[in-house]
Amino acid sequence: MSSARNSGRALPRAGHALAWALVTPALGWTLLFFVLPFIAMGFSSLTAHEGGGFTLTNYSQFFTNPSYWQAMVNSLQVTAIVTVVSVLLAYPFAWILAEQVPERWQRLALMLAVLPFWTSYVVRSYSWLLVLAQNGVINRALTGSGLISEPLQLANTRLATVIGFVHFFVMLLTLTIFANLKQLSPSYRKAAADLGAGPVRTFLHVILPLTLPGIMVGAFLTFVLCIGDYITPQILGGNNELLMPQLVMMQIGRRGDFPLASALSIILMAVVTIAYLACARWLKIERA
Amino acid sequence: MRRIVRVASWLYALAVYGFIFLPVVVLVLFSLQATSFPIPPFTGPSLRWYDAVLSDTRLTSALVNSLLVASISSATAVTLGFLSAWGFARFVLPGSGLLRGLITLPLTVSYLIIGMGLLVLFNWAGVPKSLLAAGIGHVVINLPLCFAIIYSQMGDHQINIERAARDLGAPEWKVLLLITVPVMAPAIFAGFFLSMTFSWDEFVISFLLTRFDTTLPVEIWNLLRSGLNPKTNAVGSLVFAVSIVLVVLFELTLLRRRKA
Repeated sequence: MSSARNSGRALPRAGHALAWALVTPALGWTLLFFVLPFIAMGFSSLTAHEGGGFTLTNYSQFFTNPSYWQAMVNSLQVTAIVTVVSVLLAYPFAWILAEQVPERWQRLALMLAVLPFWTSYVVRSYSWLLVLAQNGVINRALTGSGLISEPLQLANTRLATVIGFVHFFVMLLTLTIFANLKQLSPSYRKAAADLGAGPVRTFLHVILPLTLPGIMVGAFLTFVLCIGDYITPQILGGNNELLMPQLVMMQIGRRGDFPLASALSIILMAVVTIAYLACARWLKIERA
Repeated sequence: MRRIVRVASWLYALAVYGFIFLPVVVLVLFSLQATSFPIPPFTGPSLRWYDAVLSDTRLTSALVNSLLVASISSATAVTLGFLSAWGFARFVLPGSGLLRGLITLPLTVSYLIIGMGLLVLFNWAGVPKSLLAAGIGHVVINLPLCFAIIYSQMGDHQINIERAARDLGAPEWKVLLLITVPVMAPAIFAGFFLSMTFSWDEFVISFLLTRFDTTLPVEIWNLLRSGLNPKTNAVGSLVFAVSIVLVVLFELTLLRRRKA
């Protein structure tokens, strides 16, 4: 691809000046409003909330204050649960859409599966509240049918946060895994069958390994979006247990403590970077 | 065996569809609730909550703000994205791989952190919170997306058309405006509409960077403080409708490209 592109050697006089003129606005925007803010945040994280001056207290607080530390543990736990559950739910679903649904209906089936993606994110979390509340749809259905006598505490729990997240990420992972399954050439399956493998062995030894990179890319996306999200835990989880983004927002909202919020954001970003490096092998494909 | 797999597949797919659609169906259904609580039993149908939304000036002005920010920031993102994609696809630049990486980098950072960074920077620079500040943030998150979409669609056949135009004596700006933009129009529109849907729905950056005038997701957030309320359902259903329109436009523009 790139070699064909680079064959634009017949290009104009003053080609480079023009090229820089084209790419500079986008680069400038990114530098000014993405890189520079990040540097500002780095500086801010090293200053004291009261009175300025350089200090490492914002970082040391994170490691010494158990409630901050706990927020990170909660975030990692919730994110891990959400990622695993979403992959486990989405994989069979994507497989059914790709293999069992007739070709001509697949596009429609997939579009239906991701339709709620496009409701407002804030509203989507809120509508789970309608389902999970004390007098919400599930509790009414359960008490109405006599299965339980007292409504269950579903909203404002970790379970609610996980359900809200899984709802979102099942759609995302279905898309990525479906695309991955469709890219597999049917000849792999034929070859496996010719060599005497049954459907289960074919799946375990051929299909699954070949779709693993796609799963990893989807899982990484889930991880990044889930661990950095504020809305779902705030609306569905309530304040019973804090996740990292909630902690960050609390520093700004209630205390106006930008330095601490910056330090916590940078720690959060460091965790995502570590996750990226851990999956880099699978993620590299995209960057070809 | 085949049969069992088939039946199990159907049941599983139905269950997942049920899970995916449950909150949306509940949302829309109880937006039509006649009484004041969006909980069972359903007492509707009534359009009174839609009426209440449309006569709430805070919500309607937030809606206008959202549309304004979404369209202007998306237009900016798609323009910058298109120009840079063209530059990178047609010219050999030193370190272009790295520079392309830099443009797409914001995709890997959570919106919360992008918003935080801008908040700290603007706070230092004395830039007040405003829709403009939020719009700048929206360009940051959508520029990489527009760039990636348009860059991936810059094919080789277009190079030849551009070269032909140049050979016939067209200056660069004419090649750009009369050849490249029309040829790339589907990708440009796709980038634009996708950015619109993201900006339209973006919460955290707008929440951090606006104060008095704000966007619809932030206003809906404020509405949530009053507890469960069919008005929230109604405004949510309306937002859903607008998003679907944008997505359909996105699909149509991309489909047109595929057929071409």
